[in-house]
Amino acid sequence: MRTGVLQVDEKKVARARVAARNITAEIQKFIDGHTTTTTERTVLRLFGIDGVNEDNAPLPNIVVDNIVAGGGLSRGAAYWLANAMLYHGLSAQEVAEAVARRSIDLCRVPRRDDGEVRSLIDRMAAEACHRITDNRVGRAERIARLGQGQHPWLYVIVASGNIYEDVIQAKAAVKAGADIIAVIRTTGQSLLDFVPYGVEEGFGGTPATQENFRIMRRALDEVSEEVGRYIRQVNYCSGLCMPEIAAMGALERLDMMLNDSMYGILFRDINPERTFIDQYFSRIINGYAGIIINTGEDNYMTTDDPIKAGHTVLASQFINEAFAFRSGLSEEQMGLGHVFQINPDYEDGFLYELAQAQLTREIFPNAPLKYMPPTKYMTGNIFKGHIYNGLHNLAGVLTGQSIILVGMLAEAVHTPYMHERYLSIENARYVLNNARHLADEIVFRPDGKIAKRANEILTAAHDMLLEVEKIGLFEAIARGMFAGVKRPRHGGKGREGVFAKAKDYYNPFIGLMLGGREGGDGE
Amino acid sequence: MSEARKVDLTRIRPYGDILDDGAVQLSFTLPVPAGPEAQEAAKQLVRKMGLDEPVVSYMHDLGVGYTFFVVFGKCTHTVDFTTIEVPRAEVRVMSFEECNRTIREHIGRKITVVGAATGTDAHTVGLDAIMNMKGYNGAYGLERYPEIVAINMGSQVPNEKLVAKAIETNADAILVSQVVTQRNVHIPNLTQLVELVEAEGLRDRVVLICGGPRITHELAAELGYDAGFGPGTLPSEVASFIVQEMVRRGLK
Repeated sequence: MRTGVLQVDEKKVARARVAARNITAEIQKFIDGHTTTTTERTVLRLFGIDGVNEDNAPLPNIVVDNIVAGGGLSRGAAYWLANAMLYHGLSAQEVAEAVARRSIDLCRVPRRDDGEVRSLIDRMAAEACHRITDNRVGRAERIARLGQGQHPWLYVIVASGNIYEDVIQAKAAVKAGADIIAVIRTTGQSLLDFVPYGVEEGFGGTPATQENFRIMRRALDEVSEEVGRYIRQVNYCSGLCMPEIAAMGALERLDMMLNDSMYGILFRDINPERTFIDQYFSRIINGYAGIIINTGEDNYMTTDDPIKAGHTVLASQFINEAFAFRSGLSEEQMGLGHVFQINPDYEDGFLYELAQAQLTREIFPNAPLKYMPPTKYMTGNIFKGHIYNGLHNLAGVLTGQSIILVGMLAEAVHTPYMHERYLSIENARYVLNNARHLADEIVFRPDGKIAKRANEILTAAHDMLLEVEKIGLFEAIARGMFAGVKRPRHGGKGREGVFAKAKDYYNPFIGLMLGGREGGDGE
Repeated sequence: MSEARKVDLTRIRPYGDILDDGAVQLSFTLPVPAGPEAQEAAKQLVRKMGLDEPVVSYMHDLGVGYTFFVVFGKCTHTVDFTTIEVPRAEVRVMSFEECNRTIREHIGRKITVVGAATGTDAHTVGLDAIMNMKGYNGAYGLERYPEIVAINMGSQVPNEKLVAKAIETNADAILVSQVVTQRNVHIPNLTQLVELVEAEGLRDRVVLICGGPRITHELAAELGYDAGFGPGTLPSEVASFIVQEMVRRGLK
């Protein structure tokens, strides 16, 4: 990976990192004192509770709702579940089913000895962690045996609404050269305060259910064997069920997750407190499962202008990085996002794209950066769109991006057809192969437009972070400093699911998965 | 031949490089593996589409028993251009300044516009292009208009909330954006909004507009909207329509 090309001001980079660490420290204090309904549902899922009642309500929701009704959530769901398991001599799933039948009311079950409850919790948690570790090892073994694509990896989306149709589309994409398959979620799933169950159909995407995860995993493992390289599976750890999706992904060996610390707040109007607590546990799980997270800074450039607001992307990447460290993620798991989104009519726009992309590469040298394609100025002119995407691919290979989300020529028209995906992958492979080592031959003039632009972005991001450090992140978000969207701390959806932890709160996974690093900044 | 032939508007057909050659390019995938039979299938299909002399210029096996084709052909059909009528929103596009001046002179107060992407739709690109300060492609959005109070509620807003906001702010116009149109999910959603607006007794008082990549004025009018705007619409067109419609209806 080539760095040092732009000769950016390293002092500013270091100071920006310190600011991001301080900014997130403030939020982390709040996070550490609170839990959420979805966090507790996640603990139950990791203990093996799954399925739905006759009204299709997921059992993890039923159990947590029962604890909330009994006034006990501040102690954590693990305690009540384990207590009932011991008292009734039932498995976790059996207790959940009994709660669904209303034959157990968890907060009224006679209390067993605290030490006994605690040791049952820890035993179950260790088992869950074993399953996840097995997946992590299984992934590493497959990669060692099959190999994997060289960087930049090609990432494509399938979105038919039907998982079996998605499988056909995914396999065709892999045959064409894709390395990563994302099954985009159903429109609106991010605002459901539960995870749907079973094989479900959707529109605008396919529902993220554990069964749908399994079906795609099986298909990608098959096609990995056929093409002789490991194919990665992606889903969306965002919305109101961030940690639950993380748990499902960890259990089904997904490889990457969209998992931003602020996306839900800014773009789904989810309550900021809720999102910060949820992102923490979801990232702990992703970190432990060896999953690469993808952050969503690219979205800022759809609501804000890349020329004027390019620095907000960088500032947010620093914040996402700092939060990720606190959740135990390694740099190699931080797929920070950015995008090729400058108005194509803008003179020298490509130079400015290079500036931002190269700058991102240099500031986060070990991160598997995810480079998003143009969407905002895709017009339905598929022919121009195809060239536009070609320039995105060129910028991607020239600046050493790790993951290229392959732009589709029919962007803004419909979710991609099978042959559109093939044409777009072919475009990417042509450009990447044809210009593979171009970067090694090029230096940017220190006094040129690209270097100058990069330093301007860095300075503006640095100044912005120092401002956020002063006023706090909740206030910065309320003022609309990110994406030009204003979100007050107590507004938005899902705040009713936030609970203060009691002194005797216990979630075994935080300690187990962080390996004793909780409360630190991870660096 | 000394000069190009004249176009017969009662019988137009696609143009490649000679008038009336009917030249068409198309690309598609068939669910069969590549081979001579697949190529023949593509040709037969293209003939059935009304294209003569089909030429398969490219065939590529997509690896899962499906094959991609690029085909050229000559269209045998014609269309009478002289009889075509397309309903569209009647609007004379006014400049930013003229719009604001018209509001001041003919309405005499600021007007309020409430917008949202309703239902499950999470896309705000179109709505933002019309409403946000910076607008789209150099044209200022409604927020920039000094005579317009623009309230952008964002995405995934229930119709009920949008209507409640319109009542609360005494809105003069409601903009609803629908990007996701897969399986026609936008139709019942747009219909429900009209019903709500009517049930609340607002219909005569507000200008009701929908927009999105798959929205036409004809569809919008059919569903009970005053106007529908498709892709590439500029904020000034929407602002002009709102102002002219208010003036036309005598809304003050």
